[in-house]
This record gives sequence, C-alpha cells and structure tokens, in this order.
Amino acid sequence: MSAHSEHHVVPVKVYLAIFGALMVGTALTVFVAQFNFGVLNVLIALTVACIKATLVILFFMHVAYSSRLTKVVIGAGIFWFAILIFMTITDYRVRQDWHVGLGSLEKPAAEQPAAPQPSGSGH
Amino acid sequence: MSEHAEHVPGLAHHFVSMEQQKEAGTVGMWVFLVTELMFFGGLFLVYTIFRSTYPLGFEYGSFLLNMPLGLTNTIVLILSSLTMAMGVHSAQTNKQGALQMYLIVTLLLCLVFLGIKTVEYRSKLHDHLFPAYTTYNPAIKEAEPNNHHAVPQALKSEVRTFLWIYFLMTGLHAFHMIVGAGMLVGLIWMARKGKFNDVYNSPIEIGGLYWHFVDIVWIFLFPLLYLSGYHLNVGH
Repeated sequence: MSAHSEHHVVPVKVYLAIFGALMVGTALTVFVAQFNFGVLNVLIALTVACIKATLVILFFMHVAYSSRLTKVVIGAGIFWFAILIFMTITDYRVRQDWHVGLGSLEKPAAEQPAAPQPSGSGH
Repeated sequence: MSEHAEHVPGLAHHFVSMEQQKEAGTVGMWVFLVTELMFFGGLFLVYTIFRSTYPLGFEYGSFLLNMPLGLTNTIVLILSSLTMAMGVHSAQTNKQGALQMYLIVTLLLCLVFLGIKTVEYRSKLHDHLFPAYTTYNPAIKEAEPNNHHAVPQALKSEVRTFLWIYFLMTGLHAFHMIVGAGMLVGLIWMARKGKFNDVYNSPIEIGGLYWHFVDIVWIFLFPLLYLSGYHLNVGH
C-alpha cells in the first residue's frame, strides 16, 4: 500500500548528526543573544528555531521517510497555522490605533494618585 | 492480505495489514499534533502581539528569568528527544533491553526537566514575581539600583504581562511533559512485557511523535522567553 517506506529504519548515525546539529543551533542562539542587534535578534533566534524544528520533524519524527498522506496532513496543518498568524498580524498592523487601544499599562495607575488631590473636600 | 493476518500479535482485526495499521496511527497522531500546533500557536500569537506592543517590558521580563537553567532544560529536552528516537530505533531492530533502557532514560530526563522547572517557579514565587494580584511585588530599580533583577517602576505592569505569558506558556508546556511522563511509564510497562518488536512498534513510534512535538514547542519557547533580554545581562 504505502510504498516500502514502512520498514525504513533510520540509522543511528543520522540521529546523532541531528542531535549534534540541534546542539550547535542552541549554542549559536545563545551566543547571538549576547549582542543587541535590535529586531535582528528575534529574527535570528526564530530562524535557528525553525531550522531546528524542521530537523526534528524530518528525522526524529521520520517525516522525511513518511507516506505522502502524512506529509499532506502536516503541510495542510502548517499552512492553516500560517493563515492564523498572518491574517491576525496584518489585521493588527493596519489598525493605526492598535497600540493606543492596548495602551500604556502605566497610565491609569499614574493618574489615580493625582485624582483625589484637587477634590480635597471629598463628597 | 492473508486470512491469517489476525494471528499477527499487535494487529487489530479491523486493519488489513500492519502497514495499514501503522499508517492510520501515524496520520491520526499527526492530526492530533496539528490541533496542538493551533493550541500553542494561539499563545505564540498572543506573545507576538504583546511583545511588539511592550518591547521594553518583554526585554526586562526576559532578563528576570534564569537563562542558565533554561539552557540546561533545552539541552535536557533535546537529549531526551535523542534517547526517545533511539528507543524507536531499538524497537524497530528488536533490541528489547536497549528499548527499555532508552525509555527509562527518556523518563528520567523528563523528570530532570520538571525538577529544574520547579526550582525556577519556586524562585519566581520567592522573588514576588508570580504575576497574580496578591503575589506580584518585584524589586524596583529606582529603590534598588544595584539589584540586577529589579524592574524599573515604569515597566512594572509591562513586565507583569510578560510574566503572565511566561507562566501560561511554560506551565502548559510542563503539563504536556507530565502527560508525556505518564505515557512513558505506560510504554515502559508494555515494553517490559515484551509487547514490542521489529514488526509491531507503533505505540513507541507514535509516543515518540508526541515527545518530539513537546521538544519542538520548547525549542521556540527558550529563545523567545529566556533570550530576548539576555543582552541586558552583558551590560552588567
């Protein structure tokens, strides 16, 4: 039915190589995080994390050797997830006032102590 | 295929062959993992929106976390993924002793992870950093300029938002680890009874899929939570 991929046994060497790559990726992420590159920091961190996740999915989770049906299910899932993320983010971005909407958390707290002072006489 | 297919140990009667059974199990598990992706994905979306709204609060909040412990847990978890993969390999090559050994090591690494997580949570509670109304009372930078883990007064609430997201996401991840520990106990018990071999090993393989997924979630959580403020550390 589903090709001869079923009895594929991934060699131990592959597992060890993936483990090594994951460790190198972790070390690289921590090394880069020492420096302040601004927006680049999170981009580098996410790029390395995506590469690590892809390695885990392809080899530890055997997707590289899986049937086409399995690959389609995963691809559709990730595509749907991308819609969730991108549609929401673009919606937030086009609303000019979305930062204002969430607002600075400190403002209400800062105004509260100032309010009772003018009305010293109370009720 | 043959009428005697039902005599193969581990093959349920409603499947034609071992291959078909394994395919059904694998696809079913991946459908479940896709729902998990949406589940955690919503939280990653929350993280993204709040981080872009309060970038400084997230940097300071991240700085409050114990990076070396987070890194240790990252290594522990990736190592446990390797031992789980080796467990699958042992089952596929019918090495009973190695299978049990790798499953037990994976379980131990899981417990090490949860132990380190407990230490971290306790230290956050101790420093009044659990973000609930009655427990959140961090040291303030203006009052204690030499306290490396003090928060500027102006960022107190923003850091609290970060800490809510930290506790929510790592807590949910830790819950998945606890479920995974239970799963491993079950797999070890079944492996000791000799249920798995080179023909029938789907539970090990599918359990492995779950375990690797939990590892992937942490691969994203570690840099986003622990490293986004790490460069502040170098300034001191």
